Amino acid sequence: MDPITVFKGRSVGIPIANIDTDQITPARFLKGTEKKLAKAFFADWRFNPDGTPKADFPLNKPGAQGASILVAGDNYGCGSSREHAPWAMADYGIRAVISTSIADIHRSNCLKNGIIPIFVDAATHAEALAAAEKNLEFTVDLPNQTLVLPSGKKATFPIDAFAKKCLVQGLDELGYLRSHLPQVEAYEKRREPARA
Amino acid sequence: MAKTLFEKIWDEHVVVTEPDCPSVLYIDLHLIHEVTSPQAFKGLRDRGLKVRRPDRTVATVDHIIPTHDPKIGILDPQAKNLVAELTQGCRENKITFYGVGSHDQGIVHVIGPEKGYTQPGMTIVCGDSHTSTHGAFGALAFGIGTSEVEMVLATQTLLQKKPKTMEVRVDGALKKGVTAKDIILALIAKIGTGGGTGHCLEYRGAAIRALNMEERMTICNMSIEAGARAGLIAPDETTFKYLEGKPFAPKSFEHFKHYVTDEGATFDATVTIDGSALEPYITYGTHPGAGMPITGIIPKDTPQKMLDYMGLVAGKPLLGQPIDVVFIGSCTNSRITDLRAAASVLKGHKVKAPRVMVVPGSHIVKDQAEAEGLHTIFKEAGCEWREPGCSMCLAMNGDELKPGQYCVSTSNRNFEGRQGKGGRTLLASPLTAAASAIEGKVADVRRYL
Repeated sequence: MDPITVFKGRSVGIPIANIDTDQITPARFLKGTEKKLAKAFFADWRFNPDGTPKADFPLNKPGAQGASILVAGDNYGCGSSREHAPWAMADYGIRAVISTSIADIHRSNCLKNGIIPIFVDAATHAEALAAAEKNLEFTVDLPNQTLVLPSGKKATFPIDAFAKKCLVQGLDELGYLRSHLPQVEAYEKRREPARA
Repeated sequence: MAKTLFEKIWDEHVVVTEPDCPSVLYIDLHLIHEVTSPQAFKGLRDRGLKVRRPDRTVATVDHIIPTHDPKIGILDPQAKNLVAELTQGCRENKITFYGVGSHDQGIVHVIGPEKGYTQPGMTIVCGDSHTSTHGAFGALAFGIGTSEVEMVLATQTLLQKKPKTMEVRVDGALKKGVTAKDIILALIAKIGTGGGTGHCLEYRGAAIRALNMEERMTICNMSIEAGARAGLIAPDETTFKYLEGKPFAPKSFEHFKHYVTDEGATFDATVTIDGSALEPYITYGTHPGAGMPITGIIPKDTPQKMLDYMGLVAGKPLLGQPIDVVFIGSCTNSRITDLRAAASVLKGHKVKAPRVMVVPGSHIVKDQAEAEGLHTIFKEAGCEWREPGCSMCLAMNGDELKPGQYCVSTSNRNFEGRQGKGGRTLLASPLTAAASAIEGKVADVRRYL
């Protein structure tokens, strides 16, 4: 994966709480084996049954085109573990998602696809949602774990140190795990003496 | 030092923890299915890797397979392709695969326990959020994404940050008509769909101890709907009795007996529920936390978007709401005791609901139900008796609601479009589903008991 450090992006806000991964990528898009799922991203909220865009959905507003920072309601990404959700987000162009909370499995899946989950407090969240309604630009500084809001206000966000290192340096988690295989083998020998 | 059940399993499975890194956690059992594994197998191939421990990997097909007459076969070419991808991945890597036509095929979270793969003290993962089901045996079991499926296939380990612990205490005896499903729906309504985020739950208390294994699985299954990746119940004599004679279970259970939370161990949080005060629950909204007692009224503060989607009005009861479909099935409620419960209510009745689907969780469940004559009760009542699979829980296989239809469902999610685009799901227990099937509207099962 390409290293991620500091980036700027236009925002889009979906001010709805408990957005589940069935909305981010509806199940019918799980039948393929491709990760190019931009068209699946919020498909049922974004498109009418005849495939035309729903004019009032935030992603369809003219100012939202090219948005890469998603500001969502509380508890974003709950439900199904489908990685098709962050695949759709990434393919659409989302690089960071801002909320007060993001569900555990979805947060983990986002990190593996180069999408930064950004947790902010309620006041910052309210300001971010208001700015995202106008599709204003945010800056994400991953090395310094800082979100710069359009007003210039800065908010630091927590991120797991290892996940940050992987993203900033473009490292691969599987590579890290494989580097520990000798320890895994020793562990297996201890627990499964019969097998060895 | 006194430890919780979670801490015992966690500590036994940490291979190494480096400074500023999550732990490398060993995975005892990896369950895979057709929808979240093809990209992982492709990733392995691209890297020139093989599955490291095929003997700790078990595969089946469940999400996308049809539940119609097996002679018809799979009609959807995309579904065929997913099954072919999984079949190839299993063949290349010598993974045990309960495929289409296998007598042991079924929903992955039904067959793991019924074949004895699921055991106390294990770490179990699967590319499916309802992996939490297996926690009913005192196993640390949680759902993972496809990147993580690839990591487990390649290394039999995962990088995991230790979650916090939450005790869910349910005391008191359940009243007639109140089931495990009602306990978990009440919990999610209480703490919300994000209430358990970052935590591993442990269900404790007299009401939990009194449950059989299948009821315990129903509760642990829906831990994820409260935001918790995993939920645990300590093993006891009920667990060991269930495991006895299962093909892959051990002969002795002595070594499982230390998988309990020690006296004096502490949790990061505690939630309590008075089991004796519970009523049958049902959901009225578009997330599993939007639930209430069946005699309740839809809360005034329900978001308008939710009411619009559901076609419901705040301040009104749900009891008596006409329904179009009843779905009895899914990894939450498709096991033999679920089917017995539904059949006990349906026996001798004709259903008024236009469509009632009964989908057993596995072929083993289906055979058992047929041996007991349950299928005859369902058919005589006017229900469809179908082949095993996930079916209308997530509507990937052609079993789906039409826009606007109401469905009382024993599954786990009522998200918009979950059971078909525009479909409206009301989550409830098999008992409530059966009573509602009879009346063709949302019904209180207690008048049938």
